[in-house]
Amino acid sequence: MRFLLILFASILTSNIALTYFLGMCPFVTISRNIGVAAGMGIAVTCVMTITATANWLIDHYLLIPMGLEFLQFLVFIVTIATIVQLLELVMDRYTPTLHQAFGIFLPLITVNCAILGISLFMVLRTFSFWQTVVYSFGSGIGWMLAIVTMGALRRRLVFADPLANFGAAGITAILAGFMALAFIGFSGMASL
Amino acid sequence: MADQVQLKVPKAGYRLFNSKTWAVFSEGVWHNNPIFGMMLGLCSTLAVTNLMSNALVMSVSVTVVLVANSAIISALRNHIPDRVRMIVYMLIVSTLVITVDMMLRICLPDISKALGPYVALIITNCIIMGRAEAFAVNNTVPVSIADSLGVGAGYTFSLMIMAFFRESLGFGTIFGLKVLPEAMSPIQLFAIPPGAFFALGVFILVVNTLKQRQAKEDDA
Repeated sequence: MRFLLILFASILTSNIALTYFLGMCPFVTISRNIGVAAGMGIAVTCVMTITATANWLIDHYLLIPMGLEFLQFLVFIVTIATIVQLLELVMDRYTPTLHQAFGIFLPLITVNCAILGISLFMVLRTFSFWQTVVYSFGSGIGWMLAIVTMGALRRRLVFADPLANFGAAGITAILAGFMALAFIGFSGMASL
Repeated sequence: MADQVQLKVPKAGYRLFNSKTWAVFSEGVWHNNPIFGMMLGLCSTLAVTNLMSNALVMSVSVTVVLVANSAIISALRNHIPDRVRMIVYMLIVSTLVITVDMMLRICLPDISKALGPYVALIITNCIIMGRAEAFAVNNTVPVSIADSLGVGAGYTFSLMIMAFFRESLGFGTIFGLKVLPEAMSPIQLFAIPPGAFFALGVFILVVNTLKQRQAKEDDA
């Protein structure tokens, strides 16, 4: 598959937040503030690209030659936790300002299902190395696009007057439904 | 989420319903319900409720992992060092999920294929980690099991209701059996991803309305 096609599909038509429902917990809780949402989006994109690439290398050069595919889930989650910890240490040491801005998101990312989900999709779809890099980067951008748009929509909600019984989560779900409908409009153009 | 159990124990009724264990269980089904009470584990909820059979298998898998995980962590709660507890939890959950995934692949290969990566994603399901951190680390094994069973039952309850409406409206079937008349065509919106969001939103609205009514009756 051509790389541009994968990039386009992972950002728009197969958006991980709106089509595969990954990373829904921060999607509901963090989208209240658009600035925080953008920060989380950037952090997720970076971690997603690094971890998926690392997991591809581990999967192809360690697990498959040794016939240990059944350990994939365990190894993937340990890799993700390790990389997040390492990133935190490196950022704290060399870029303290960046660490202050994004540090709070990193521990949350370890248990973000989107990060593990991308590694699992990469195995299911048997992507090559560069396809994995493009796919994970595009998925991160797609997730950021979705959460930032949601942040903007929720800011508008201040002036609207939805039924109080929806609560924050209920109205977010309805908004996400409309966003997902809009994203389906792209689906004729490319798919994974 | 309270650290220690302090619940109203109902006075009347059978002995089972009087016990603290029962109170913890019922708390998990309604007030601590993972979907509409705590808003946890939404990814899998939205993804698997398109068909009732998928929802049922997913609910059972989550409940099994949740109960086993809480029991193990509660039993080891005085032996896990505080600094590394997260990674220990993750290793325990991953091992349990690998076991469940293998069982599903052998026993129910079709449904296992339909669920795709969502079984493996139980590892990062916030419900599992949430109950371990909020409850199992501070409570004994039997009470932790009761809590997990309650939360698991609450999860199953929410998923089955959402799947019932999504499958009957979106495909016109229930557990694969035709229920809608031929003349009425299924509303495909409920079968595709946006329908999942709408179903969840409306479900939360209905539950909140019911809760409000209940609170008013309690005050009166």
